[in-house]
Amino acid sequence: MTGVSMTGGRTDWLIYAGLIGFGLLGPVLFPAYTNQIAVMWLMILMASTWDVMGGQTGYNSLGNIAFFGIGMYASAVVQIALFYDVGEYTAAFGAIKVDFTDAQYFGGLALGLGAAGIVAAVVSVLVGLCVFGLRGPYFAIGTLGVAVAMAELIAGWDYVGGGGGISMPVFPGEAGASSLAFYAMFFVLAISAHLLLRWLYSTQFGLALNAIRDDEDKAEAMGLHTLRYKLIGWAIAAFFMGIAGAVFGNMIGFIEPLEVAFPTTTFGIFMVAMALLGGKGTLWGPVLGAILFHVVKELTWTYLLGWQWVALGALIIVNIVYFQQGILGWAADTWPAAFGLKVDDGGNGDASTAKTREAAE
Amino acid sequence: MTNIIELRDVSKAYGGVQANTDVSIDVPVGKITGLIGPNGSGKTTLFNSIVGYHPIDSGSIKFEGKEISKLRVPQIARLGMLRTFQQTRIYSKMNCLDNMQISVSHREETAGSMFAPRDRGEIVERAERLLEFVGLYAKRRLVSGDLSFGQQKLLEFAMALMNQPKVLLLDEPTAGINPTLINGLIDRLKLANQELGVTLFVIEHNMRVIMNLAEQISCLAHGQLLATGTPDEIQNDQRVVDAYLGAH
Repeated sequence: MTGVSMTGGRTDWLIYAGLIGFGLLGPVLFPAYTNQIAVMWLMILMASTWDVMGGQTGYNSLGNIAFFGIGMYASAVVQIALFYDVGEYTAAFGAIKVDFTDAQYFGGLALGLGAAGIVAAVVSVLVGLCVFGLRGPYFAIGTLGVAVAMAELIAGWDYVGGGGGISMPVFPGEAGASSLAFYAMFFVLAISAHLLLRWLYSTQFGLALNAIRDDEDKAEAMGLHTLRYKLIGWAIAAFFMGIAGAVFGNMIGFIEPLEVAFPTTTFGIFMVAMALLGGKGTLWGPVLGAILFHVVKELTWTYLLGWQWVALGALIIVNIVYFQQGILGWAADTWPAAFGLKVDDGGNGDASTAKTREAAE
Repeated sequence: MTNIIELRDVSKAYGGVQANTDVSIDVPVGKITGLIGPNGSGKTTLFNSIVGYHPIDSGSIKFEGKEISKLRVPQIARLGMLRTFQQTRIYSKMNCLDNMQISVSHREETAGSMFAPRDRGEIVERAERLLEFVGLYAKRRLVSGDLSFGQQKLLEFAMALMNQPKVLLLDEPTAGINPTLINGLIDRLKLANQELGVTLFVIEHNMRVIMNLAEQISCLAHGQLLATGTPDEIQNDQRVVDAYLGAH
């Protein structure tokens, strides 16, 4: 199952039109929900990039959230260091109010986002060299350990404020303008990541990831550079997670290691749950899962307050125990022909060659 | 150079069990060579040693004159030596065509070949031709794990050919395939050898198949090389008859 398209090109483009239309009109029609919709795009980005390794390659990482936090901190350090001493800035715990000019703020933000993506990708390669020797549950636990360790390391590093965190440079202009700006960044990130992955899965590279998922030993026996594919795949995911973390840090305005930068028990688990809900190993499953999950999450927070974690936990358990293939995986099992999985003797009804083939068999 | 693989005094022990002792076999280039022997005689161990699955204890394995006993599995595969498995291994959740397309050679990998679009161009044409060659063309869009065992074996064979190897090591290619398909498989193995120029080294228990196929056969017993010769010589070798073939 390659999962490049659901039923064909036309349906895909209709979905894109719907998503992009909603992305553009959403904050105009529902201005009160701009931040919630921004987080929805973040969730789509998280689930889609998690699926590169988790779904397509069969390496279930519980540590992708580490790249989110690394990107967040990399960006913060760059944004401050361009114009101020980072150690002094963080030691004052927000008491120093640096007035960034508009040009300084936006220049710093642009450089910060770029640095976030690059640093996260580089760290993913270094970590990958260590953990890609692990397989199955060992890889999952190993990567979870990496994420937890990153949070602890940052918490103990005074230069970046330790456990006390960093107050981010303040977005110039009105409050409404800042939330629209960060909304736009998440929207563009999610759509561009999705299109990049769509292309990636349509190449030989996507097949290599699937081959590693199905039988890594066989892939090695066929001469595949398995480590190279895994490192590049993870670095792509880390690159986007790093930028997303940087945007999120600036949107929140204050970052600290445990709850904001490395939320292993919330976003770190959500991204896995969302991909599983929609159908891992497919292009659209993580998108569908993220939207559904986000809606359910917001509803439980509104109507089941106090029990919201129980409800969410129940959803995850039911999903993992009874519905592992996810919505799109279930659909592909139920209607295989709609997903292109069918006997096909060439399409032009050439009976004579079909017969020769049968005879040859 | 006439021998593409040269084994000299290859020994391998698993703990106290001596799986191979001083085995020396030559595989001539462009020919079909057979390897027979009772169960547990060390045939699959020898294949695993050749393709780099585990390091040998002593001896030498040369491929095209180059020592390969210290290389790792994917490196040896990229030199042009592939093996198929006794327990068939394919990419079971991918369709047959995708299985074929990812089986191209990775000898010279560039960014261009890593990110080449699939389902078009020379690769997919060759994949479809080979699927037709093994009789799986109509099933090319089916998930390969849903095929019958025999069809999966044919797919695995086609995947190996897709890689354009110089040598193919086949571990019991006819095991589990129904008798009517076996003749077709023998023909295809011979065609691959003659027309594609692939040297074959085959483990086989079906004596009719191996005697028909191979030009030279080696027989192992208790991890040691018992005899090497033409099918006729092997069939009439008293040691081979005693150890393996049995009296008729």
